[in-house]
Amino acid sequence: MLEVKDLSITFLDDGAKAVDSISFSMAPGERLGLVGESGSGKTVTALAIAGLLDRGRVRTEGQILFQGLDILSCKESELLKIRGKDVGMVFQEPMTSLDPLMRVGPQIEESLRVHSKLTARQRKALALQVMQHVDLPDPETTYRKYPHQMSGGQRQRAMIAAAFISRPKLLICDEPTTALDVTVQAQILNLLLRINEQSDVGLLFISHDLSVVRRLCQRVAVMYKGRIVETGPAEQVFSDPQHEYTQRLVAAIPSRGKGRRQ
Amino acid sequence: MKKRRNYNLILGLALTCAMVGLIVMGWLWTPFDPNAMDPASRLQSPSLTHLLGTDNFGRDIFSRVLQGAGATFLIGVAVVLIGGVCGVLIGGFCGYYGGWLDDLLMRSADIITAFPSILLALVIISLIGAGKYRIIIALGVLFIPSFSRLVRGEVARCKSQEYVANARLMGAKDLRVLFVHILPNTFPVLLSSLAIGFNNAVLAEASMSYLGIGVQPPDPSLGRMLSEAQTYFFSAPWYALSAGCAIVLLILGVGLIADGLGGRRRRDRA
Ligand SMILES: Nc1ncnc2c1ncn2[C@@H]1O[C@H](COP(=O)(O)OP(=O)(O)O)[C@@H](O)[C@H]1O
Ligand SMILES: [Mg+2]
Repeated sequence: MLEVKDLSITFLDDGAKAVDSISFSMAPGERLGLVGESGSGKTVTALAIAGLLDRGRVRTEGQILFQGLDILSCKESELLKIRGKDVGMVFQEPMTSLDPLMRVGPQIEESLRVHSKLTARQRKALALQVMQHVDLPDPETTYRKYPHQMSGGQRQRAMIAAAFISRPKLLICDEPTTALDVTVQAQILNLLLRINEQSDVGLLFISHDLSVVRRLCQRVAVMYKGRIVETGPAEQVFSDPQHEYTQRLVAAIPSRGKGRRQ
Repeated sequence: MKKRRNYNLILGLALTCAMVGLIVMGWLWTPFDPNAMDPASRLQSPSLTHLLGTDNFGRDIFSRVLQGAGATFLIGVAVVLIGGVCGVLIGGFCGYYGGWLDDLLMRSADIITAFPSILLALVIISLIGAGKYRIIIALGVLFIPSFSRLVRGEVARCKSQEYVANARLMGAKDLRVLFVHILPNTFPVLLSSLAIGFNNAVLAEASMSYLGIGVQPPDPSLGRMLSEAQTYFFSAPWYALSAGCAIVLLILGVGLIADGLGGRRRRDRA
């Protein structure tokens, strides 16, 4: 479904190579974790896959094949066709990922507005249904709320609802729980897991936290300074890390019982 | 959450509403015909018949202040409207698309804003001639660069926000992203600048009418009344004071609104 081949991304303003010839692939419905410390190029990779990189500001090499379409070289009009329909994304910061001046409901419907011929009433009905599905409390009321009237966890659920409403093939989650406290974090992870299991949406789950990825993902790719240094089944990478950087990551995970720090 | 009263905003709104109320009244009804001369009652001091006295032609100053403030107000609004609408469009597209056209327009804006605007207005007036409507065009055009720059900066800021990336990812096309998601988010900043712009326009109109190139006689304008009043400043001080106070109150109200809006934004951001 998704195949990234020798992808390199260079920012033109400072000439820095943020991503350095990485390759990985995802099967439909798979949950892949992308782990690495901050600054290792995870977000840039995610934006590239979503086709959101500003083509005037970066130079890209390699290929990103999504359902056979090369995201990096295809026309903007072809990108518009898959955006919102086949790829959804949940961003790290729930404070800034929703338009502060727009009610939440219409934002959840945004992709339907472009990709479906549904009437306003049908769109709303679908939005309410998805809001229910992601456990937003009292959908009718929440539909009319503004982002600042919601908690971080609720906003993240709204983001997931927005990304999921047109049943994409791929859901990219860029550190969706980093800004949330631990209990809410666990709820969101369970929600993502449930959505993945109930549909055939693939999850590209990005995190700096190996323990979170271990709980959620079947496979892991470890990123370090723009390169992927190790890939493999989550359990294997976790129990028998090969690369020295992965070993340090694993060692840094506080074991259960020692008390987890936020 | 306890709300702190925004006294500047409340006071400004109250004052401006009062002024606008008087102005609207002036359009519909004035105690005397503002242009009717009466040689028998020249330069009378304020009385119950002539609330603010009469001028050197025996015209009722209160009626003239009402209509003059109306003219000034309309000019201010029209100027801000021209500058604001063009500024939002130019700044919006420049900030969103960037590129060489953006560079060119913004450098031009830098050059234009480097000159005092009243000077440039005089240059334009000398080219197209004086008069109420020409002043609106001259000042409106001059206001475009600063509004464009402001909007462009805000658009560039909003553009890098995640909700914009998200809207694009959801399939929203460029125009929808710009007009529905980005520009409304620039309005809070734009609004207080519009208020400040209105005040500058009022002052500029008053200065230009004072110089005799704005609103043409016999129609009243606060600036021209001020200029005529200075001859009689010692014999009929109420003439200059009436016109001057009307300008000050108009500007004070809108200025307080601008300040209140700015203050609310600063608190929201914090
Ligand atoms: N807009 C940008 N302009 C220039 N460099 C950037 C930009 N965004 C990210 N980078 C650089 O790319 C690298 C990877 O960043 P990022 O993908 O955000 O890391 P991560 O998400 O793993 O924390 C960093 O070194 C960062 O400095
Ligand atoms: Mg990141």
